[in-house]
Amino acid sequence: MRFDCGRKNTVLRSARMDYLTNDHPTKYMTTKIIPPAFITQSEENLDKGYDPKVARGLLNFVRPYTGQILLALFFMVIVTASSVSGPYFVKLAIDNGIAANDPVALRNIVLIYFVVATVQLGFNYSRVLIMSRVGQHVLYDVRTAMFAHLQKLSLSFYNRYSVGRVITRVINDVGTLREFITWATLAIIRDILGIVGTILAMLALNLHLSLLTFAVLPFMVLATVLFRRAARRNYRKVRAAVSWTNSVLAENVNGVRVVQAFSRQSHNYKNFKDYVNRYFLETGLDAAKVASVYTPVVDVLGAITTALVVYVGGTAVLGESITAGVLIAFVLYIDRFFEPIRDLSRRFDTLQSTMAGGERILELLRTPIEVQDAPSAADLPPVRGDVHFDHVSFHYSDDPTLVLDGIDLDVKAGQTIALVGETGAGKTTIVKLLARFHDPTSGRVLVDGHDLREVTQSSLRRQMGMVLQDPFLFNGTVMENILFGRLDASEADVIAAAEAVGAHEFIQNLRNGYQTSVEEGGVLLSVGQRQLISFARALLADPRILILDEATSSVDTQTEQVIQNALMRLLKGRTSFVIAHRLSTITSADRIVVIEGGRIAEQGTHAELLERKGLYYELYKTGFQE
Amino acid sequence: MKHLLRTATFLRPYVWQILATLVILLTITGLGLLVPRIIQNVIDDGLMRGDTAYLIRAALLLLGLGLGSALLNFLNRYLSAWIAAKVGYDLRNRMYNHIQYLPFTYHDHTQSGQLISRCIEDVRSIENFAGSSVAELVRFVFLTIGILLSMLSENARLAVIALLPMIPLILMTSSFGTKIGALFFAVDMAVGEVSNRLQENVVGVQVVRAFAREPYETQRFDEANKDVFVKWVKVIDEWAKIMPTTGWLTTLGTILILFFGGQMVLDGTMTVGAIVAFNAYILMLAEPAQSLTGLVNAGGEAAAGAQRVFEVLDTQPAIQSPTDAVKLESLRGEVEFREVGLKYQDEKTASLSGINLRVQPNRIVALIGPTGSGKTSLINLIPRFYDVSEGELLIDGVDVRRMDLVALRRQIGIVLQTSLLFSDTIKGNIAYGRPNATDEEVVAAARAAQAHEFIKGFPNGYETIVGERGVTLSGGQRQRVAIARALLMDPRILILDDSLSSVDTQTEKLIQAALDRLMEGRTTFVIAHRLSTVRRADLILVMDKGRILERGTHEELLHFDGLYKEIHDLQLMQNVDFEAEMETLEALSDSELPSPRVEEEDM
Repeated sequence: MRFDCGRKNTVLRSARMDYLTNDHPTKYMTTKIIPPAFITQSEENLDKGYDPKVARGLLNFVRPYTGQILLALFFMVIVTASSVSGPYFVKLAIDNGIAANDPVALRNIVLIYFVVATVQLGFNYSRVLIMSRVGQHVLYDVRTAMFAHLQKLSLSFYNRYSVGRVITRVINDVGTLREFITWATLAIIRDILGIVGTILAMLALNLHLSLLTFAVLPFMVLATVLFRRAARRNYRKVRAAVSWTNSVLAENVNGVRVVQAFSRQSHNYKNFKDYVNRYFLETGLDAAKVASVYTPVVDVLGAITTALVVYVGGTAVLGESITAGVLIAFVLYIDRFFEPIRDLSRRFDTLQSTMAGGERILELLRTPIEVQDAPSAADLPPVRGDVHFDHVSFHYSDDPTLVLDGIDLDVKAGQTIALVGETGAGKTTIVKLLARFHDPTSGRVLVDGHDLREVTQSSLRRQMGMVLQDPFLFNGTVMENILFGRLDASEADVIAAAEAVGAHEFIQNLRNGYQTSVEEGGVLLSVGQRQLISFARALLADPRILILDEATSSVDTQTEQVIQNALMRLLKGRTSFVIAHRLSTITSADRIVVIEGGRIAEQGTHAELLERKGLYYELYKTGFQE
Repeated sequence: MKHLLRTATFLRPYVWQILATLVILLTITGLGLLVPRIIQNVIDDGLMRGDTAYLIRAALLLLGLGLGSALLNFLNRYLSAWIAAKVGYDLRNRMYNHIQYLPFTYHDHTQSGQLISRCIEDVRSIENFAGSSVAELVRFVFLTIGILLSMLSENARLAVIALLPMIPLILMTSSFGTKIGALFFAVDMAVGEVSNRLQENVVGVQVVRAFAREPYETQRFDEANKDVFVKWVKVIDEWAKIMPTTGWLTTLGTILILFFGGQMVLDGTMTVGAIVAFNAYILMLAEPAQSLTGLVNAGGEAAAGAQRVFEVLDTQPAIQSPTDAVKLESLRGEVEFREVGLKYQDEKTASLSGINLRVQPNRIVALIGPTGSGKTSLINLIPRFYDVSEGELLIDGVDVRRMDLVALRRQIGIVLQTSLLFSDTIKGNIAYGRPNATDEEVVAAARAAQAHEFIKGFPNGYETIVGERGVTLSGGQRQRVAIARALLMDPRILILDDSLSSVDTQTEKLIQAALDRLMEGRTTFVIAHRLSTVRRADLILVMDKGRILERGTHEELLHFDGLYKEIHDLQLMQNVDFEAEMETLEALSDSELPSPRVEEEDM
């Protein structure tokens, strides 16, 4: 057991560096362990005070339920009043019933107390039910709003925001909001009403004893504030310890094959035991120490108050200025007075973590939507497939460097265009503008003479197909995945599409044929097979314009042949833009467009371009891919 | 419950601390029970007798009791938390180390996310239970016994009456604890589904947009979202029932005491002070009784957590060094497969069968064949990532199962298709297998792997942190760091996958050069995708359906006219056109415009 909390350590060093430079980490056991900076920093960002702007933003979600909330509040006032009246009934029973030797009065008082308690039960039940349902409604609304917004955000948002972050926003941050809305708000209002009610009841009962009780209040507040401050610091460290442990574990479990291949187990274990896990232990102990102090301190304050009230109140009873019942009621009130204060300080913590979560939720909801349907946008009528890039330039909103610079390109319906160039030349951006995932910064993209900004996105994309480099399959059956291309297609259509791309055979050989689910570890389907399924999906959609980003990953030679044939089948009879990596795809295109630095460097057929001995010739010579 | 009892074994090192907590708890409970007694005496004796000195004594006694039990309370809380934290620390260490040694077979069938949550969440639930929950449970038992005794000794009849509402209260809260566990589980499942659908939507965002499927996706999400709402409402309904009812039952206790106790006072069989004390006892009991809900819940969670933790700890690492392991410090590098078969757990068909192969030291063996033909299975046997199901695998004439695992793996270098690096410095990554390597050795390895140049280009050079929150390396850069990592091991046997996904031509050449360098003077097994690699192999194995279909050198296999020739021709189809065309072009340029630029490039 080590108690080095608060002690200033002379040697502060990062555990990570220790572990890198030193083979005997145990040597540094006495130094303070500090987790890597990125972990502590991200935890610091989580720690936010109350922010009225965030609170207002969140309140917007609550507003639709104002009526219900007001009703619940009204119920809560009734509940608090009846709850606070409890000790008073005890006083009445003792003074007017027992002390006055009046059995009828005693029976009546107890009966009224019972009725009040039962009424309280009913109101309390309704209040909890209303408030927590409202809470869940609000959270449902928040998640719906977030998802709806995510569906509209441009793809550049997704480049900045990792999948993990999006999920953390919608699941974890909304989760902290839930803590706050369902439990904390209920409890906070209850506590505040409880404190106010108790204070009023005490004052009504006896001013002198009330003031005596309130005298400990400043100490109570002081203790709470000090404790909260310490607890928050500790809490932050505990969270950092958890996420450090988490990330170290994640890395080593994911990389366990490499760990074993390089026989790193004992080295890694030492690092985990002496740094990561030890930090976890120590922060936990530090936090426990502070947490263990608070309740006893409050108990001591409670004991002081009780002792004072017993002495002063008892003397008053002897002096016959108050009755025994008043004294007894007071002792009962002291407890009811301290309990909500203690609870409140705990709720305040929740409020703070909610602020951070709420802010991140609002930040996501307020991310501007870059590509939006114009108010006057009309549906794009069925197109032939002429595509025209009219002096198109593009740069991302957060970076003024031009990604595309004055692209002019005229494509007749039915042509296949191969886009060729180094990584980062702008090929992908060109097709993304065609799919209107972004809008050009200047110039126009036209399909059959319609500026894409003047038509609705859905009408455009319904006539457009897209096959991505990394074929993405949704969880579900093979059938469902192909159907994704055209939801109303029949089973026969699906099979026809699969047959056309040469996928039918292997799908039939899967355990459940078309009903085989693809999620089973992904082991089931090879890269090539996934590609073929995504081809079938695109073929089923039967788009007029097709965008295809050819995969670069290696598949075995036989599969490669099937894919090549499927590709030719897919490209036939539609305007196609292919980001091509394979020589055969490039050479069979109607036109090859070579992109360099966001500009069209050259274009023409394979033969023409070889003749020119320009950039294409260079690329060709080094071999697009073996 | 069985699992929960088993966790008691983790408490064994802390027996003394546990005994100390028990003693403290007992004392605290005893002191706490004195308070109502004192107040009772104040009311019955002090006030009746009009004795001010008695009041002062009582007040001081209350103060002393308060201070004393506060101190003990602190000790108790800290000690419980300390025990819990220590148990958690021990458990996490054991889990972590155990996981490291679990064989590939295990990891193939287990999701890493699940393992991580076992180490963190499940251990935490055990920790919570071992610490605060057990202490609270013990306290509750002590308190109940103490209160029962105090009340019964004072007035048995009133005690029974007053405790009546406590019976449904305790029953309700504990049954609620079990019920709510299942409901919360349903909530977790529903949230998991929301998370799944969201993740899918985000990962597949391009496809969703490209096919204009946003409405469909929104509908799917809404279903899951509604389900979360429904599941939560079920939890709330239970909660809304239990929470006010427990409060009502407690008040009922007070009311019963007032009514019947009041009658007794009027009859002269009881004092006012005793009524007040009874009321205080009921209040003292009600609070922990209400928290039984949480305790039952925590117990259930801890039991489930313990079950999952033991599931991991009970899995024996199937692949271990035998006790009398042969430790070959320096391998020659002769590898021999004798009638080797391999069948993975849970799979119907064998992944390898009847493999016979003998490779002399320093030879290059290339494996080719379609996906799933057994290439990877074969090479995974050499470092003993899996054990053969039949036959034996000998290295330098010794069965790998008889060898010291660390010594064996230290002499095998592996570069796989996906080059996994750790979020450490580049230096740390290169020295991963040999943490003691000097800076010079690391740089030399990086140079040989063609990685030195780009590493030098980073502001922090070799100290640049890669991975999470560090510099993101491109595929080609990662691959070269992985090659350097294998080079630094100076392995006698090298295993590599030469497929280089999506790197540009320039990089590919660099990597090829690095690989060539790596293969020099070692026994090499390479899963080949490139003709150039295949051609220079001493032995080519053509694999299909877990068997070696054809073997020989490039020329031999071409003559054989089997699957190899088929694959070769398919792959060549494009290249032949290409090469032929190049030749014509070069011939053209030579004759027509002999430009020095072109010649330069030919170099």
